[in-house]
Amino acid sequence: MHQDISLIFEKSIPGREAFSLPECDVPLKDINELYPAELLREKPANLPEVSEVDVIRHFTALSKRNHGVDSGFYPLGSCTMKYNPKINEDAAALPGFEKIHPYQDPKSIQGALELMYNMDGMLSEITGMDRVVLQPAAGAHGELAGLMIIKAYHEHRQDFKRKKIVIPDTAHGTNPASAAVAGFDVLEVKSAADGGVDLESLKNAMSDEVAGLMLTNPNTLGLFDRNIGLIADIVHQAGGLLYYDGANANAILGISRPGDMGFDVVHLNLHKTFSTPHGGGGPGSGPVGVKKQLIDFLPGPLVEKGKDGFYLNHERPLSIGRMKSFYGNFGIVVRAYAYILTMGAKGLREVSETAVLNANYIMAKLKDYYNLPYDTACMHEVVFSGQRQKELGVSTLDIAKRLLDFGYHPPTIYFPLIVKECMMIEPTETESKETLDEFIAAMVQIAGEAENDPGLVRGAPYSTAVARLDEAKAARNPVLSYVPLCGCDI
Amino acid sequence: MFKVIEGLKYSKEHEWVKVEGDRAYMGITDYAQKSLGEIVYVELPEKGTVLAEGDTLGVVESVKAASDIYTPVSGTVADINEELLDSPGNVNNSPYESWIAVIELGNVNELDTLMGAGEYEKFCEEEED
Repeated sequence: MHQDISLIFEKSIPGREAFSLPECDVPLKDINELYPAELLREKPANLPEVSEVDVIRHFTALSKRNHGVDSGFYPLGSCTMKYNPKINEDAAALPGFEKIHPYQDPKSIQGALELMYNMDGMLSEITGMDRVVLQPAAGAHGELAGLMIIKAYHEHRQDFKRKKIVIPDTAHGTNPASAAVAGFDVLEVKSAADGGVDLESLKNAMSDEVAGLMLTNPNTLGLFDRNIGLIADIVHQAGGLLYYDGANANAILGISRPGDMGFDVVHLNLHKTFSTPHGGGGPGSGPVGVKKQLIDFLPGPLVEKGKDGFYLNHERPLSIGRMKSFYGNFGIVVRAYAYILTMGAKGLREVSETAVLNANYIMAKLKDYYNLPYDTACMHEVVFSGQRQKELGVSTLDIAKRLLDFGYHPPTIYFPLIVKECMMIEPTETESKETLDEFIAAMVQIAGEAENDPGLVRGAPYSTAVARLDEAKAARNPVLSYVPLCGCDI
Repeated sequence: MFKVIEGLKYSKEHEWVKVEGDRAYMGITDYAQKSLGEIVYVELPEKGTVLAEGDTLGVVESVKAASDIYTPVSGTVADINEELLDSPGNVNNSPYESWIAVIELGNVNELDTLMGAGEYEKFCEEEED
């Protein structure tokens, strides 16, 4: 196959263009009369001169090299790369949702407001919270909102000592990052031998300087922390709040609820758990839910139901303010709403049951071939260690690269950090047994190759458009802009 | 296998400390750089920063992960190795020569809590298991 990897700039032919405009029928004005000189380029931008078919073929070729859930299995751990049902797109394309403008009079967008109001109610029910705001644009953005709410709560009580957030060593990297951005110091607690939070370490970490604990349950080892009730008591007794990172919510839908576990704040990732596009720019959506005592601090506006219909409530003096322009990524909320209505309560429970079953199926089938650091039933994702293969000279990175030759997106690797040569596999509920069996067969074959022909795995991939990339060089000397061979300006 | 050098002090977080008078050179150990993989970026502290024991001294970022470097001793940052900004790979190639910062020691007694070469080697072997 001819592998054209030239840039669109390199396809440029002087004088070729993809437009033809009729003669102008109004008097032309010189651009220098319209704009001040400092806003004008001295010479025209060096844009590629290409025809429409050149553009379409160029970008179609690039898109074919991409891998997404529509093209194949994507078991990226803690990312919930489930299939995105196309009926969600139909719902989002309804003119009453697609063609409205955020500055429209609320009276003219009652349907959209009703959807937001109902979504708040459904997500509150799913998480066991009292109120949900849909504004944050992604998971980490939701974390930031949640932490700002926690901060506002303590400061409103005139408690200014609480500058620390406690985070377990299995946490997603976004947790300490969000805490730092929100102005907190991070206090890390080690995990116990069973992979859960070490209760003694947690007790020792708590003080009147701790604002709260951020926890993912099930955690990034794919394990549900059975001590969550005790954990919540320890944190609450010390005056702290509990934040639930909803990245792994696909394991618990309709089975357990963060609100019942004792959490005070939660975020969900609609682009993970609720089947909206993930990757490729999404965009994401990270609604945040809170318990009653925190509602006043939620970012706004909130959609309320009045006697004359739905309205946007901007009059909330204790609110932390806006997290995003307008009302969040509304089109994504519509897709997730369509998903929840499609599945129904029973269907959502089946989502989690099947997601957990699929992960355990992979665990059972692969545990003889790869080390299993926590040999116990997992939730929606399973964590292996490639340590056995590492001793044969094949790293987890090599295994991930080899999987590309089988047409799979590799699992999350080298995370969580507490597992050596880690591979974190999350199959999701939308994959059939046949797909799982094919993936398992590929993993078994790679384990065999690591034993019999380690060089083969180390040299992978072989079937991709480009061979193994030098990741260190790419990070150390990134080339981020196009420099024409002619040396001329662009 | 990983190298451990006699005469240096070591922390449980895999930093090495080389003491010269009341100043200490600090870097990350061979064991640490091997676990991290190819290092692509080193974030240095600012000169004059006052650090308590266990504070974050900087960050090393590899193709696998970004990890904080903790100072095992308190004191003031007297010097930083700016060469690492352009050549972070030096930490992989010669971890014990690629010091990250020099600390003017606040409390020399803290050095007693650190491990010697033999003890650190044993500590790493246990971490391996």
